[in-house]
Amino acid sequence: SGIDFEIIIIDDGSPDGTQEIAEQLEKIYGSDKILLRPRPRKLGLGTAYIHGMKHATGNFIVIMDADLSHHVSLYFTYCGKQKEGNFDIVSGTRYKGSGGVHGWDLRRKLISRGANFLTQVLLRPGASDLTGSFRLYRKEVLQKLMEKCVSKGYVFQMEMIVRARQLGYTIGEVPISFVDRVYGESKLGGNEIVSFLKGLLTLFATT
Amino acid sequence: LPSLPQATMTKLGQWLCGLALLGSAWAALALAPPGLQPPAPLRQALLPLPVYLLVAFGCYSLATVGYRLATFNDCEEAAAELQEHIRAARADLRRRGLRL
Repeated sequence: SGIDFEIIIIDDGSPDGTQEIAEQLEKIYGSDKILLRPRPRKLGLGTAYIHGMKHATGNFIVIMDADLSHHVSLYFTYCGKQKEGNFDIVSGTRYKGSGGVHGWDLRRKLISRGANFLTQVLLRPGASDLTGSFRLYRKEVLQKLMEKCVSKGYVFQMEMIVRARQLGYTIGEVPISFVDRVYGESKLGGNEIVSFLKGLLTLFATT
Repeated sequence: LPSLPQATMTKLGQWLCGLALLGSAWAALALAPPGLQPPAPLRQALLPLPVYLLVAFGCYSLATVGYRLATFNDCEEAAAELQEHIRAARADLRRRGLRL
């Protein structure tokens, strides 16, 4: 494909054998392509980003979930989109164009659409999908945003986009398909909803 | 010369400003003392306007979320393609020596 890449795997001590598989991949593809940077225990997403950035040698950083809910083949679409508009950030959207999901029941879809509608009304963010976590960032942009963002969880992803808009960075969008329940089931319970609302209101009042 | 920090209003601040402006305009016209009141038909329409707008926004919200829910793409081909990729990747990695 002509794109120079490396894959940084950050595992927080998963008990399911992830680290052993990662080590085998490193042997197969070489440690210049597969970079293992494990951490002793579960330390959170924000610090994982910072940890990964320290070891990244490229000009762009793609962040994605490792449980195959994000389709790796879309990686080339992201690169193409970035070149097309020289964007600082390329964000995947499940809500526009050919974007969508698979494996969600009606309740989950309703909550997702409702939450996104509320977010659009309150924050007018200029991006159609704020809680997605499949994104491409210019390395300096990611570093700058990491300094400014303070939230955790879903809200962290939202804050990244909101701050990016404030700082004048350009954001391109790519429709993505989110395939849930390939391995295990991701649940959306009352706790997540409450913390999402709290985070949304905090961003509403502070940005 | 030191540059001034850019003071941008928060979204909450924008909403409060907007509501204050519209609210005072509405109050000035609809709740004016006799003598300064606009003609009766205008006043009759103006008084319930905030409630009407709220209800209208509520209906718009329900319709929009309902529409978006109904048109939420279900990525069946993507899911099937993913399963194919997983099969191919497993076979390829096994050839290269990966032990699962």
